[in-house]
Amino acid sequence: MNATNQTLLARASAKLGPQVSIAIGLLVLAVLVAMPLLHLLPADNALHVSAYTLTLVGKILCYCIVALALDLVWGYAGLLSLGHGLFFALGGYAMGMYLMREAAGDGLPAFMSFLAWTELPWYWYGTDNFLWAMCLVVLAPGLLALVFGFFAFRSRIKGVYFSIMTQALTFAGMLLFFRNETGFGGNNGFTNFRTILGFDITSAHTRAVLFLATVLLLVASLYLGWTLARSKFGRVLTALRDAENRLMFCGYDPRGYKLFIWVLSAVLCGLAGALYVPQVGIINPSEMSPTNSIEAAVWVALGGRGTLIGPLLGAGLVNGMKSWFTVAFPEYWLFALGFLFIVVTLFLPKGVIGLLRKKGEQ
Amino acid sequence: MRATPVPEFMLEPVFDAAGSGRDAIGASTLASKGLNVRHGTILTLEDINVSFDGFKALTNLTLYIGVGELRCIIGPNGAGKTTMMDVITGKTRPDNGVAYFGETLDLTQMSEVEIAQSGIGRKFQKPTVFEALSVFENLELAQKTNKSVWASLRAKLTGEQKDRIDEVLQTIKLDASRQRPAGLLSHGQKQFLEIGMLLVQDPQLLLLDEPVAGMTDAETEFTAELFKSLARKHSLMVVEHDMGFVGSIADHVTVLHQGSVLAEGSLEQVQNDERVIEVYLGR
Repeated sequence: MNATNQTLLARASAKLGPQVSIAIGLLVLAVLVAMPLLHLLPADNALHVSAYTLTLVGKILCYCIVALALDLVWGYAGLLSLGHGLFFALGGYAMGMYLMREAAGDGLPAFMSFLAWTELPWYWYGTDNFLWAMCLVVLAPGLLALVFGFFAFRSRIKGVYFSIMTQALTFAGMLLFFRNETGFGGNNGFTNFRTILGFDITSAHTRAVLFLATVLLLVASLYLGWTLARSKFGRVLTALRDAENRLMFCGYDPRGYKLFIWVLSAVLCGLAGALYVPQVGIINPSEMSPTNSIEAAVWVALGGRGTLIGPLLGAGLVNGMKSWFTVAFPEYWLFALGFLFIVVTLFLPKGVIGLLRKKGEQ
Repeated sequence: MRATPVPEFMLEPVFDAAGSGRDAIGASTLASKGLNVRHGTILTLEDINVSFDGFKALTNLTLYIGVGELRCIIGPNGAGKTTMMDVITGKTRPDNGVAYFGETLDLTQMSEVEIAQSGIGRKFQKPTVFEALSVFENLELAQKTNKSVWASLRAKLTGEQKDRIDEVLQTIKLDASRQRPAGLLSHGQKQFLEIGMLLVQDPQLLLLDEPVAGMTDAETEFTAELFKSLARKHSLMVVEHDMGFVGSIADHVTVLHQGSVLAEGSLEQVQNDERVIEVYLGR
């Protein structure tokens, strides 16, 4: 009798599990959609959301997209990239180019005048066109990932060697963008944006729209990841992660599969970067620093890789903690991050989501 | 060291034009579409040499497998059995020598994936399955179909494909655990799952590296029956240490020693061979 009760309970909770998750998900989504609308309320209204909060959450949402993109290659295909910050920054720079041209009007962007340049470098042509800039947002990280991935996967570079190479790639990118001669504003990068598509970039309405666009991209990425994970393609990726040799002897060519998910992930990062820049108002080469990319790996590991919600949770938690820590005890943040990573590695091999699932089963 | 005299019989294809044993021409019609097996030989290895940093893993290895044949390969540790399988599946490139699948496919020029797609299936020594996926999904991935990225993105199982998987699940007796993650299966069950993955892949030549290792007696017996039923429609090459198992399935046995063929013939023949006894018993 008792046993049947228990199995009934287990079944009930198993059925309840997804419903609870869906309910929480919808609630979070509702809050995210409401936030930009509340931002439009007059500042003295009790429900007003400040520009600071909106920007902070918008920034974290961009990081969530990066975490999801990284999880697609790491959690599903087993390729740990420590250079995803590069793709994020490239998308950001492409958007930044457009914003700089918009701010400069018919003249040259301010930093070029400062360097006494009289002409735009060739790769700046057409960047005053929003659509072309959006193409660059996709093309710059996408093509780089395609070329890098093609050679890396053809040479069967995997595991820690792959991670080190991606790390080196983002470091090389950072050094390149630090140079004034590269034509991307050197170590100051791009800032002092004024308008986007003619709208004032600091106005409440523009902020709200950018925020909503970020929420939309996040939901779209989540849907894409969900579709991929459920498709045969997703199962091939999992198989690739666990037994690549077996997969090859089944007649699958792993290169194509790796390249597809790798490029897709890079493009998602680029899009996230493009939405990040107008909200935060600055892009500079420090976005490409290796530590940023490693931090992204920490988000995914902490949240739980190989799941879709885990990385979002990880990115949200770590960045939420970070913004609190850097205000309360700025000098201890890196210690806290390191400590967190050790705790997760030792005690939560499946991340926070693994812990929640365990609790759910009990 | 005494040079081993090369016995003459081992250089002959088992199914030569003279057609010793089964009718070679009749057997070739059983091999399916595309593969040219006019002379009744599905696999040709001639004078294969492989060395790793000076260590000769295979020396002048010459071996023929006939269409529909069930061949057992035996030999002491380090005889080159696994290296030979690596050469056939493209994992290792021979230093020189000829390796043909059918009459026209040069295995030394093909990638592992191309070789697998052309119809050679391999079971590893250590059972290798996709542990995070369910038993059913393992078979789904292995199934013979278009395996490009685009095809996988939009792939949906047809009723026919599902039936085939169900059939194989029955055959390998894993029907009850179809939804279990493959990582949770017992060692013997994993062996069967891997064999099942080969079955749905429907290759013409199956390479099986120690398929009954870790199986119970009943499972071994069942595997023997399964392999015998597969022969004729497929060609099988089985590497195995279990002599009882070899005796129960093989019509033809090849003994490898120090990277080349030491003896070839029926199990009884090779067991009575002077040199084989010497190698195995160290006299």
